[in-house]
Amino acid sequence: MNAPAITMDVRRIGETTAVVDIRGEVTAACEPVLMSAYEAAGGTATSRLVLNFGGLEYMNSGGIGMLVTLLVRANRQRQQLAAYGLSEHYREIFELTRLDEAITIYDNEESALHGVVR
Amino acid sequence: MTETAGPDKVATADQIGLSAREAAAPPPDTAPSRAAAQAGLPRDSASWARKVDRLEVGHRSGVRGTNVAGRRLTGPVQGFGKMWQKTYRMDAGSQITPEQAIATWRANFPEFWPKGNRFAGALTGINPGDVALLDLSIGGGVKLSTGVFVLYADAESFTLMTPQGHMFAGWITFSAEREGDTTTVQAQVLMRANDPLYEIAMTLGGHRKEDKFWAATLTALGRRLGLPDPKVETRSTCVDSKRQWRHSRNVWHNSMVRSVLQTISAPLVGLSRLARGMNSRTNG
Repeated sequence: MNAPAITMDVRRIGETTAVVDIRGEVTAACEPVLMSAYEAAGGTATSRLVLNFGGLEYMNSGGIGMLVTLLVRANRQRQQLAAYGLSEHYREIFELTRLDEAITIYDNEESALHGVVR
Repeated sequence: MTETAGPDKVATADQIGLSAREAAAPPPDTAPSRAAAQAGLPRDSASWARKVDRLEVGHRSGVRGTNVAGRRLTGPVQGFGKMWQKTYRMDAGSQITPEQAIATWRANFPEFWPKGNRFAGALTGINPGDVALLDLSIGGGVKLSTGVFVLYADAESFTLMTPQGHMFAGWITFSAEREGDTTTVQAQVLMRANDPLYEIAMTLGGHRKEDKFWAATLTALGRRLGLPDPKVETRSTCVDSKRQWRHSRNVWHNSMVRSVLQTISAPLVGLSRLARGMNSRTNG
């Protein structure tokens, strides 16, 4: 498997929320990167995880499958997943695959944080 | 829920020669990717299907074609049963590139299916947005009629997604990649049984049948690619052992139940049509 062309930086917003800034290509090959970002953002205190797709350059079906696996892990920890920064193209892919029914999509970081931080 | 007696067509030397020519062809979607890049779109834009709310499909010869039109797509999020990731891998050797393997697979997909099962797709092969109708052998002379949607297709992979009523909710990704000197070809299923009935059926032998089905498919592909003795490795992982009871009502769309009812009622429907025809001739 080729080395993933992606970076995922984690920012903590308060005690219970983390934002993962995704830049590059989301494919099945980036699973280790995503899971280590999840570990960095996770922990028992984190109940809300926001994925920032503003830097997303490419995604194939393997990438969507990897997001489903992330969703399962988050659900197991009773964590909510949200996303923002998706272009129209990628938003349609979330809708086509019906991933948007489990990962709430917001227009920007402010609304994503507001939407999940009640 | 399928039978796996082997492929409908056995690969001959001529077929292997044909696959070599097919394999020498350029990847099918290089030009659309270039065009997308020039238009400022992501380079994956030509590989994804356009968004659809409900499936639309016309008549295809050789299959019953029921339980697909009007159905919504279902991913693992919408399924009922435990979530499984099942991977079937085959070493395709050093002579075949990933692009060649996928080009052959996409162009001849139905031919690699085990005997007794029908895949009626578009004549042009596997392309994003296509809907294929399936008749799957489930024993007792009954065919399970369902379908799949081509969610994604590029030069090195393609993905099929299932509609409501299919045995499982999820997708199957067929891909090939270079690992050192050899090319590895794989089919990977990410799925949940669509409803409680299917979950029981999968537990009582359905998973085993599915494993045999994809192993037979990969073996047929391997022979077409010229491999003398294709070996398929199977790995199953339970990703989520929880069942999603909120989706238990998916059973309403169950294509297996509907297919059985459609098979039983077919003679009555035929007689009814015949009677109507005779009545209209008498009255006319």
